[in-house]
Amino acid sequence: MKIAVSIKQVPARDSALRVDPGGKWLDESDLAYEMNEPDAYALEEALQLKEKLGGEVLVLCAGTERAQQTIREALAKGADRAIHVETQPGALFDPLVTARLLAKAVESEQPDLILTGLQSDDAGYGETGVLMADVLGYAHATIVMEVEAQAGSVRVKRELEDGWFQHVSLPLPAVLTIQSGIKKLRYATLMGIKKARTKEIKSLKADQLGIDLRPALLLDRIYTPERVKQSQIFSGDAQTAAHQLVEKLRFEARVL
Amino acid sequence: MSVMVVFEQRSGELNRVSYEALTAGQKISQAYGVPLFIALAGAKLDALAQQAASHGAEKIFLVEHDLLEIYTPEAYTAGLEQLIRSVQPKVVIFPHTYQVRDYAPKLAAHFSTLLISDVIDIKKDSDSPVFVRQLFQGKLHADVRPSGEIAFVSVQAGAFRTAEPAGRSAPVEKFAVQLNPNQIRSKPEKPFREAQRSVDLSAAERIVAVGRGIKERENLRVVEELAAALHAELAASRPICDNGWLPMERQIGSSGQTVAPKLYVAVGISGAIQHLVGMKGSKTVVAINKDESAPIFEAADYGIVGDLFEVVPALIKEIQKTNN
Repeated sequence: MKIAVSIKQVPARDSALRVDPGGKWLDESDLAYEMNEPDAYALEEALQLKEKLGGEVLVLCAGTERAQQTIREALAKGADRAIHVETQPGALFDPLVTARLLAKAVESEQPDLILTGLQSDDAGYGETGVLMADVLGYAHATIVMEVEAQAGSVRVKRELEDGWFQHVSLPLPAVLTIQSGIKKLRYATLMGIKKARTKEIKSLKADQLGIDLRPALLLDRIYTPERVKQSQIFSGDAQTAAHQLVEKLRFEARVL
Repeated sequence: MSVMVVFEQRSGELNRVSYEALTAGQKISQAYGVPLFIALAGAKLDALAQQAASHGAEKIFLVEHDLLEIYTPEAYTAGLEQLIRSVQPKVVIFPHTYQVRDYAPKLAAHFSTLLISDVIDIKKDSDSPVFVRQLFQGKLHADVRPSGEIAFVSVQAGAFRTAEPAGRSAPVEKFAVQLNPNQIRSKPEKPFREAQRSVDLSAAERIVAVGRGIKERENLRVVEELAAALHAELAASRPICDNGWLPMERQIGSSGQTVAPKLYVAVGISGAIQHLVGMKGSKTVVAINKDESAPIFEAADYGIVGDLFEVVPALIKEIQKTNN
């Protein structure tokens, strides 16, 4: 089975985020980056499917040159090769454009399955997978917990709301967006890291794929939200803060 | 120009977030003086149409077809696409549910645009509404607007109040759609629930909930001690349960339990919306987190910014003092 996994590089969790002076994106000067966590689970699912069924895992990633580091990480974990759709710094902020680029890049590979995380931890639109399926004319299922591959089709367990689930069967090729946490993530081994150095990364320039790169939405600005709720925050040394908090809980909130 | 709100129903019941989407629609309708329509897709919708109609829209459109009885992204996209092409609203609003996440991006793409997903506020600008979205799980906000003729928007649960019934009833119009069974490739089976929960946190008076900030399974002891000192139930955000550090039945949030205790202490939880929806009914919320920009502080009455491994032991000591 040929499985493509679409991954994104995002600022590391717990990064201190500062808006750049232009007000349209982050000041990237001292940010660290990592693989979008939901995509890491999609990659894990793909690697386990390959271990069970044989075949190939192909990494797909749109991003600047910096994203190569995340692509190498995926290769080190066991993906076979990668396609990198290289974008200009700060140029891409729109899942519809991203989906069209990735679809164009992967189309001729004719994968059986495309997996991706259910959303990104940065912009969080949660749409790239569904949009890739639409552009490619593939079937899709979202928020997938389990994947059973069958001949020419796939049966998945989808998460619905309020503790409900549902099985859905789809003909191949199909796109699945994977829920986080469904499998334990592997670490790259030293051997894996070494092997990754020689694995192929095909690089395509985003502006040479014949896709309209104009975003579907206009971004006015990004900003730090104002606090609406008047919360009382204690900082400083732990002892004093804990004492102040307990006083408040006893005599103001009266919950102790 | 008009605004259309797409209600969601599942097996004969309206999803209540639909009424929050309706409030968002009313806001735009009033700001720009344009008519508001409600759309509902499914099969045999007459009873639901009456419920929706009591909320005072210009008209209710029913997209009815046997192939819409059971949800599939293909049939919902095709059915609503035909309605939208015919009515030509300027803004289409959905509740941001798992179902909407499954088909609305596809529907929007058929109009060459992107669903503005998970919107928390709408601002009035002279020529177009501006939609506010969260980035980085709420640490930042973005103001966005559509670039084309039509906007598709999904609104976050809890971001808008629930629309009240109006004094009048809207007329109901059935919109005939052409659907072909060959279009529908996904074959859904019957939805099911996993085993019944043995822990019911919804009745707990005090809850101590732990998140990613705890870092290691072995560190859970410190929050267990805090829970014991407070005579509280222990709960967690999703990543902790995904790791198997606490059982799934102790998970709070959109995919876990919804709770409303008198005291909710969130330890090392950043406060992603998926968690907040499960605990926002709590009376007093305390947050302990090292990141002062964590969205959990927005939901908290009291907060301590600091290292939980220093703060929690100090807190336990203080609580024990008052217990004695």
